[in-house]
Amino acid sequence: MAGMERKPYYPPDLRYTREHEWVRLLEDGTALVGITFFAQDQLGDVVFLNLPPPGTRLTHMGKMGEVESVKAVSDLFSPLSGEVVEVNREAVEHPEVVNADPYGRGWLVKLRPSNLQEMDALLTAQEYEAYIAGKG
Amino acid sequence: MTTPTPRDTFLAHARRLLMERSTPGRIGASIPDLDVPPQEPPPAHLVRDDLPLPEVSEGEVVRYFSTLSQMNFSMDTHFYPLGSCTMKYNPKVNEEGASLPGFAGLHPLQPEETAQGALKLMWRLQTYLCEVTGMAGCSLAPLAGAHGELAGVLMIRAYHLSRGEGHRKVMLIPDSAHGTNPASAAMAGFRVVSIPSDKEGNTDLSALREACGPDLAGFMITLPSTLGLFDRHIVEVCEMVHRAGGLVYGDGANMNALLGRVKIGHLGFDVCHLNLHKTFSTPHGGGGPGAGPVCVGERLLPFLPTPVVRRQVIDGKEVFTLARPPQSIGRMGAFHGNFGVLVRAYAYIRALGAPGLRQVSQDAVLAGNYILARLQDLYHLPYPRRCMHEVVLSARRQRARGVKALDIAKRLLDFGIHPPTMYFPLIVDEALMIEPTETEGKETLDYFIEAMRQIAREAEETPEVLRSAPHFTPVGRLDEARAARQPDLRWKPMPSGGVAPGG
Amino acid sequence: MTTFAHPYLPLTPQQRQEMLQAISVSDPEELFSDIPPAYRNPPLNLPPPLAEMDLRRELEALASENIVPGPYACFLGAGAYRRFIPSAVKALAGRGEFLTSYTPYQPEVSQGTLQATYEFQSMVCLLTGMEVANAGVYDGATALAEAVLMACRVTGRTRIALLDTLNPRYREVVETYTLPQGLTVDTVPASAPSVDGQTACLVVQWPNFFGYLEDLEALAPLAHAHGALLVVSADPLACALFKPPGHYGADIVTGECQGLGVPLSFGGPYVGLFACRERYLRQMPGRVVGRTVDAQGRTGYVLTLQTREQHIRRERATSNICTAEALIATGVAMYLALMGKQGLRKVAELVWHKAHYTARLLGAIPGYRLPFSGVFFQEFVLQCPIAPAETNRRLLQRRIIGGLDISALVPNGMLVCVTEMNTRQEIEAFARALAEVAQQAPLRHKG
Repeated sequence: MAGMERKPYYPPDLRYTREHEWVRLLEDGTALVGITFFAQDQLGDVVFLNLPPPGTRLTHMGKMGEVESVKAVSDLFSPLSGEVVEVNREAVEHPEVVNADPYGRGWLVKLRPSNLQEMDALLTAQEYEAYIAGKG
Repeated sequence: MTTPTPRDTFLAHARRLLMERSTPGRIGASIPDLDVPPQEPPPAHLVRDDLPLPEVSEGEVVRYFSTLSQMNFSMDTHFYPLGSCTMKYNPKVNEEGASLPGFAGLHPLQPEETAQGALKLMWRLQTYLCEVTGMAGCSLAPLAGAHGELAGVLMIRAYHLSRGEGHRKVMLIPDSAHGTNPASAAMAGFRVVSIPSDKEGNTDLSALREACGPDLAGFMITLPSTLGLFDRHIVEVCEMVHRAGGLVYGDGANMNALLGRVKIGHLGFDVCHLNLHKTFSTPHGGGGPGAGPVCVGERLLPFLPTPVVRRQVIDGKEVFTLARPPQSIGRMGAFHGNFGVLVRAYAYIRALGAPGLRQVSQDAVLAGNYILARLQDLYHLPYPRRCMHEVVLSARRQRARGVKALDIAKRLLDFGIHPPTMYFPLIVDEALMIEPTETEGKETLDYFIEAMRQIAREAEETPEVLRSAPHFTPVGRLDEARAARQPDLRWKPMPSGGVAPGG
Repeated sequence: MTTFAHPYLPLTPQQRQEMLQAISVSDPEELFSDIPPAYRNPPLNLPPPLAEMDLRRELEALASENIVPGPYACFLGAGAYRRFIPSAVKALAGRGEFLTSYTPYQPEVSQGTLQATYEFQSMVCLLTGMEVANAGVYDGATALAEAVLMACRVTGRTRIALLDTLNPRYREVVETYTLPQGLTVDTVPASAPSVDGQTACLVVQWPNFFGYLEDLEALAPLAHAHGALLVVSADPLACALFKPPGHYGADIVTGECQGLGVPLSFGGPYVGLFACRERYLRQMPGRVVGRTVDAQGRTGYVLTLQTREQHIRRERATSNICTAEALIATGVAMYLALMGKQGLRKVAELVWHKAHYTARLLGAIPGYRLPFSGVFFQEFVLQCPIAPAETNRRLLQRRIIGGLDISALVPNGMLVCVTEMNTRQEIEAFARALAEVAQQAPLRHKG
């Protein structure tokens, strides 16, 4: 839970955005998207998610929804273009999983990417860590 | 979960909700019997068969709400240095005035000739507020500060439209502004562009110059700013906005610093609202009622919200009427404004007069600077210059020890002090915005300063005491995440259909 | 150094001196040195200060220039009602701990205001039959304006349909709020309301401006069939007697709570109620109080769902509303607690019988007629043989404040309101006076 001291971590197999989303390519050609440890830590207790329903077409770094904590609201941006195929119902019903397990049970949407070249524009874990180190 | 203390047990009992303590057959008010011949009852299919309201006795209601009231901090009981909220003493004579039967019993739609005393009071208050702000006209119709803001930006919109300049859609707002400013501008259909503050906390003139394009509608600025600073560029700012064809809006939240010291109409402001529940001493009521009269310069006179009170002299006699300005933006509320609040503000101005209002601003600014001077060695001062009626400090140094502005605020509660405004303005890290007001004696200010100094020491020595504060309030820090995740916003009957055990 | 002494200003000259020394300032005028000199210390032309004794005399003098219901019988309503207020309401709402507290942003020291507000929300839901309610907005008119804005957000549509039986003042406020946002406001006949696929909401006042109950049973499916919301501006007292709007499937219910323990006070402060279906909660404007627990499991109340509000979402907030009418809402909660299940129903029944008795008497006076049929609650329309303005002038000479002149809407129409405060004596004197003034020779007009 937010509030408890935990070590930040940024799995090396993911790609990251400067807006603090991560994306993980799955073997079946789809991709999971979530928010980073840094993002959930800055927000504090996540209380509400507003996510695009399956079928929504997303564009690379286009707005895809919102994440709310008790006293903050943050836009979510899609790391990749593509179509939403699934929304994480557990996260919607129990937003605390986003704090507890941001890269695992706390994923937000699954999408079918339409242009994998966009991955090249995203940051590696190392680059992302350097980026947030500058934000303190 | 710890074992409840007797006090916790008492409070749990005393705080049972009305529906939880409801007992069939009990009444809390005596209603007379019908004194006219009974008429045919309403059609049965329309009639409600259940009215699930509480059944409690009068004494129980009085004790319940009295007990609840004692769980509040209030101006009457505590020091409240809340920045930009101007929590000053609320004079009791104002309450008495507002509840005079000749005011409290007056129906808003009575013929004007039967409400001349009320209209006279309103006309005089309009005149006084114009005098204080250096403006040409005033409407008392807006019902709170943000409502006044909405009226103000709607007037700016109407002004541009009347000149065939409906393309002016951009409202500039400083990054230090209160959230109501952008929200009000958006409600009036404007696009909001944020203007940064410079290193000294003034408007960044080069950023403003760049933003003053052909689509400029206006600039909304709080003076002094929410940093507690008087913008040294203010005259230049107004000129720059005017040259680009825009109008200048003044958020009057901090007017307490300026009473009798400067009239913002003279500086070039075109419109402003005043928070009567801040500057003019009307009680805040736990979140209203307030009143947000709007004052305007000549250019915006025709657009004032309806109604305004007009005075004519007929056969040597004053006659007051409600009037609709010719190009009015329209009606803001059902009637003529929060009249009961207006009576209180009128009484306040009459009690102090010009010398009193000047003393108010002087003492308020003196108190702000006194706190600044006595705390700047322990708390970071992000803008090291003289402040006005409020000072913004930062808990940045304490944060390095793992203590947040929030922890300091919560610890102040243990000292019987309401915390300052926190985390605002947004451009200051760990902000603590302190507005002592002129109605506190030096002894209270010194007590507050000592508490803040002790807390700074605690942040060094025993930070865990701060992180778990408050320790002496009826409830501790509440689980706000739970409140937002599983909203429980009203009493609901128990699933069985019964109510919780009570009595 | 000025030496203005006043009970509101506790600093003494000596203390001011000490404080100036502490900040290394010799002349207090230096405190204002950031103000450009040309603009500093302008003349301030206000009447001289009054001592409390004189101030009270002056306020009393102004108040006495008003003619008030009580000494005069009053049959005015139209959105503000003269009602009985138990003494306990004033005693409780006037407590300094409620009156002089700030918005409850610090829940640990605001449990009084927060719990009282939760009671208000609960009773608003119980009365209206709705699922959630906020802590109250400025008044009944602005509540309706906020409701139509919310309906547009929820549906993504831009057309608002108002029944033509809506209080014209409410319509004006709706227009003030909505037209600048490019929304369309159509007034549609209550007899044949048009709703289409562009309509965000159908707005119904219940009872309507003329006092009569609109047929919510028919209007709800009409709105819903086109995907529009049904927004009802309801009189909360009517909800104590009739099946409330929630029963008929209203999506948003607003209303003016003045009639629930709030003094008339020449139009304010009042408080608007705002309730809706739970599924629209996150689009609801205004403050909301929720129940939760602290670390030790003790129940407590907090402001919640704040991300909807201006201080967090700024220009994308659901509304700009901030300070509203918390104390008035607290007073309403107290009134409803005291009246309770039996009292409020009894008040509503008194109103029903008295209003219908009055209508029967007035409708029988030669020259007067009741032009509308239908079920009314506490107000009805009376057509007068002479202009209502003139009728009212003549009534005033007989110490009666007549009904509202609505001749702009109904020829020679007067909107008559009867509450539990109107005694049989007053009602019968009103009927006699109406009969007399119709016979009276024309008055000479003054001013």
